[in-house]
Amino acid sequence: MVDEKILMPALLSLRVAVLAVVLAFIAGVPVARLMAGRDFPGKEVAEAVLTLPLVLPPTVVGFGLLFLFGKHGPLGLLLEKLWGVSVIFNWWGAVVASTVVAFPLLYQTVRASFQSVDRNLENAARTLGAGEWRVFWTISLPLAWPGLVAGTVMAFARALGEFGATLMIAGNIPGRTQTVPLAIYAATESGENRTALVLVGIMTLLSFAFILGVNLLSRCRLKRWTTEGNRPRAEQSP
Amino acid sequence: MLNIEKELPSFRLRVNLRVLNEFLVVVGPSGAGKTTLLQCLAGLQRPEEGEIVLKGRVLYSSTGRVNIPPRLRRVGYVFQDYALFPHLTVEQNAAYGMKNRRNGLEVQEMLEMLQISHLARRYPGQISGGERQRTALARALLAGPELLLLDEPLSALDYETRLKLRGELKTLQRRWGIPFILVTHDLEEAFALGDRVVRLERGEVVWSSSTRKRPDCTIRHG
Repeated sequence: MVDEKILMPALLSLRVAVLAVVLAFIAGVPVARLMAGRDFPGKEVAEAVLTLPLVLPPTVVGFGLLFLFGKHGPLGLLLEKLWGVSVIFNWWGAVVASTVVAFPLLYQTVRASFQSVDRNLENAARTLGAGEWRVFWTISLPLAWPGLVAGTVMAFARALGEFGATLMIAGNIPGRTQTVPLAIYAATESGENRTALVLVGIMTLLSFAFILGVNLLSRCRLKRWTTEGNRPRAEQSP
Repeated sequence: MLNIEKELPSFRLRVNLRVLNEFLVVVGPSGAGKTTLLQCLAGLQRPEEGEIVLKGRVLYSSTGRVNIPPRLRRVGYVFQDYALFPHLTVEQNAAYGMKNRRNGLEVQEMLEMLQISHLARRYPGQISGGERQRTALARALLAGPELLLLDEPLSALDYETRLKLRGELKTLQRRWGIPFILVTHDLEEAFALGDRVVRLERGEVVWSSSTRKRPDCTIRHG
């Protein structure tokens, strides 16, 4: 009983959120890097499209996803044709919904952190013989790291809490697509307040631990560059 | 060696210089186009017209449609704020541009020569301005450049450090035997360092001098 009502949604939520963040990361980082670079025609439009899921009501996103991934939708048909799979009303639908709503948060934060990397550092690397790949991996990416961490944390939190679009595309099927937010809603509706409370507790603790963990991690790394060693930030002596 | 033109917001940069194995100082007020000139040489900015030739290699030519990217130019650049990589140690910074990165000995020798070997494992945020300057020099030289550009390298340092580094810069140029082009707004510094000093104002060379006799060096005003 406990397994079904608490553990299953918790594990499913975790699995969905982790996968969604991984997907959003893989898509978001290159796009963010691209958008942080030079201007091109239509950049503002692209920017608006990429940010849209952040401001749209989740039901609109859900409707859009149903349209795209539905039986007769372009992406739905493609998936069916290529691999014979569908994301509607199974847990992959929850992953798709979470990825789409988490993406703009990750993208926005990562783009801002790429933009804040000093251009001179990238140029210095170029004059030292580094090609664009090496500049990216050795300079831009490590320096944008705190932003990447922050973006990932926010995307994870958003993916974990995704409700509306998930409900529309994956449904609320206990044991299959019922993530924690959906389970909390269902438990509250049917008056199972104890179950709801436990789920709320798990959700809060999980999010808290995750955010605290990555924040500490990125802070350690930043600290190392500036204060390790016995000399403080000294000024102009030879 | 270089003959370039580039439109800047309020004037046109027009420079025509021939640089030998010497220490050339370009002096001029802020906004005269000094940094733009260096960036064109390094390939970080693109001139509109002219050509840049380094030891017979065409780096840029508007007529020949050549514009070699910075990484292939073998032009070292010491930035005004040094542009050291904050997440890499002094040693890692110095070795960044080396062709053969396993050659730890060469890095060690360079750090020793510049008296920063004891800082090898420190990060740029933990060392002084003068030490950062030396790190930037080590990094630029270890990449094996055929020309070294220095953008106001001493302006952020205190007076004593500046005097000391001036002497060292001169020695380095002699030792390396490659041309150094340094830009500064400080006339005193220009004459202390330069084998030759040219003055840039509103994008044009308005005056040039030879502090040491070098009959084979020519300069044409663009």
